Amino acid sequence: MTTPVLLFSLFAIGAIASAVLTITRRNPVAAAMSLVGHFFMLTGLYLTLNAQFVAAVQVLVYAGAIMVLVVFVIMLLNVGNEQHLSEKPGMRKTVGTLLAVLFAAQIIGVTTARPTGMTALPDSSVAIGTTEAIGQSLFTTYLFPFEAVSILLLAALIGSVILAKRQLS
Amino acid sequence: MMPALFQVLPLVVIWLALGAVGIVIQAYVRNTKLVFGYYLGTLALTAILAVVTAGAKGTMFSGMITTGGYANFFDVLFCSAGILSMIAARPYLQRLDGELDEFYTLLVSAVTGMMLMAHSNHMLVTFIGVELMSISFYVMSGFLRSDIRSVEAALKYFLLGAFASGFLVYGMALIYGATGSLEFGAIGSAVVSDALRFPVLFAIGATLLVIGFCFKIAAFPFHQWAPDVYEGAPTAVTAFMSTGGKAAAFSALIPIASVVMAGDSVVTGQMQLMVAIVSAVTMLVGNISAIAQSNVKRMLAYSSIAHAGYMLMGIVNGTTSGSEAIVFYATAYTFMQIGAFVIVGILEREEGGHLQLDDYAGLGKRQPVLAALMSIFLFSLAGIPPLGGFFGKYLLFVSAIDAGFTWLTIVAVASSVISVWFYLGLVVKMYFTEPSGDTSESPSGIAAITLAVSTVAVIALGIVPGWITSVIRSWPPMLTP
Amino acid sequence: MPTTIPLDYYLALSAILFVTGVVGVITRRNAIIIFMSIELMLNAVNLTMVSFSAFLGDIAGQMFVFFIMAVAAAEAAVGLAIVLALFRKRQTVYVDELNIMKW
Repeated sequence: MTTPVLLFSLFAIGAIASAVLTITRRNPVAAAMSLVGHFFMLTGLYLTLNAQFVAAVQVLVYAGAIMVLVVFVIMLLNVGNEQHLSEKPGMRKTVGTLLAVLFAAQIIGVTTARPTGMTALPDSSVAIGTTEAIGQSLFTTYLFPFEAVSILLLAALIGSVILAKRQLS
Repeated sequence: MMPALFQVLPLVVIWLALGAVGIVIQAYVRNTKLVFGYYLGTLALTAILAVVTAGAKGTMFSGMITTGGYANFFDVLFCSAGILSMIAARPYLQRLDGELDEFYTLLVSAVTGMMLMAHSNHMLVTFIGVELMSISFYVMSGFLRSDIRSVEAALKYFLLGAFASGFLVYGMALIYGATGSLEFGAIGSAVVSDALRFPVLFAIGATLLVIGFCFKIAAFPFHQWAPDVYEGAPTAVTAFMSTGGKAAAFSALIPIASVVMAGDSVVTGQMQLMVAIVSAVTMLVGNISAIAQSNVKRMLAYSSIAHAGYMLMGIVNGTTSGSEAIVFYATAYTFMQIGAFVIVGILEREEGGHLQLDDYAGLGKRQPVLAALMSIFLFSLAGIPPLGGFFGKYLLFVSAIDAGFTWLTIVAVASSVISVWFYLGLVVKMYFTEPSGDTSESPSGIAAITLAVSTVAVIALGIVPGWITSVIRSWPPMLTP
Repeated sequence: MPTTIPLDYYLALSAILFVTGVVGVITRRNAIIIFMSIELMLNAVNLTMVSFSAFLGDIAGQMFVFFIMAVAAAEAAVGLAIVLALFRKRQTVYVDELNIMKW
């Protein structure tokens, strides 16, 4: 077994396992920690794809910022274990889950037929994953979305203050 | 650079007014009246600039956005919807003791998101626009924090909206993989020249994208959130998000659908059939469920689901005449639905009082003006001539027949007939029953301006539709792959 | 480090992760865990985007990922604020206990 295959299998199995743990843990903190593990597994996968900068940002933003916020809220609310994981399986949930699994089966069926026939990364993939290439692109081609997303963050900032503040004068 | 920037003035101005100037003003001035006026002026200025720059057609910022024509028309529509909702929201929020400056900030940021959706020429801009609009709506639905229904509506809207966004971006990712680009023009030419790398993934991606948009426009089978959220949210917010939000989703869907279904690609036929079925079921479900409602806000919510179904008929057509019909109907729908919801908001009392159909009994005697205006909006929603809703429906029905979907038109006519039942039912209730219970007067305040403008617009769109259709027909064809 | 893993494996993996997220949203009743499941879905999309981007040698996919991250962060802030506001009123984070509107 070559190194890339070994790494991919390791991260892929880790990612699936941690994702399943996230949605099955009764304790919200345990679920959050599984999700952090999941983010690290994805970081590994990004590295196998030569996307170093995405990998770094994945750790910083997801594991470092978003999950801290989630864990903070869980602690603040002091949410305990769920007595029962979900209410009795209703029609909607069963149908929804079935559809979701069917969808997964379809995608896996499609992809195992190897529709893309792409087996190796092109050499150019190394160049586009670097901080330099990303930064260059962000401030030229992607300048407009970059500026637009600033308004989105502003709106989210104002919105969360409005909703979460205890007293509004 | 400067002359080139002229084309994007509406976007630049609203961006600066909101992100740079507005925040500074709000930081130092705690005067709601001033902030209200400032944002009202911002929207009015943006609308004027959109009219001025309407002739400057082209793409800007490395093909990220389109300017002129189609996009500017929607700019004006969103700004009008924003202004009308804002004017109606002020007395409503004051009465319920929930007025804060930030409401107007969020309303303008929602308009900015809608404008991004209409201007988008790149999946990324569409995504940011959808999210900017949605995030503003999540917060606005929960704006009456002391009212539990409002907070629950916000949670439900947030969870389902974010869930839908997941489908939307997954669809975008698969389309990106299949075509190698996220720009509409490049996607369109890949589809037309049959240069799709992975046709199967493209078909799955297109389906997921449609699912994502079905959530946003509240179409079957992803319409379940709409009645609850529209009922729970403050009525002024419902008025805005059920009109502007829906028009914005269609403004983004029209160009995307036109590139995905461009030419006679592998997916065109299947996509048409899929959208046609969604459209037919949506209008039937919306109208039939509306009959069973006893709450006016909920009834209008179900009717707005049905209207999304009507507008999807234009997507089925997939050509210019289909998108013309959607644009016209979206315009008419915006004014009539805002009008109807604003009247509901005027009559509403604290904690969701006065929202039952029975509370409207004898309204024709108690408040003859409000009852008359409500009847106009309801007649227009039902598609009764000579109002705006009738002509829009006519255009949509013709476009579906042109596309060879006669059965869809038959379903649409049948469901329109069903809808007359509950729209007229409410009119009959207002005029032919005796008032009961609390019959206190409801002052409309400055919301009267909104009602007057909406009424004039609904009647004008019905009597002289040629004016607006000639504007719509002056645009170049949407797609130039 | 050139890999010999085909693109299809990455796509299948992200499909599995996406569906895991969907199942989580459908079956769980804690609003915070539903939110985490949505994050799982978005991360599956990110993986799809990065794999396509790398295999096609095109930077657009990776750029999209940054914007998805920014949006996810914004959604996290707003979503958790809504959960907080709900908890103040109702002392619950379970969506099936929303009684005014059926879940």
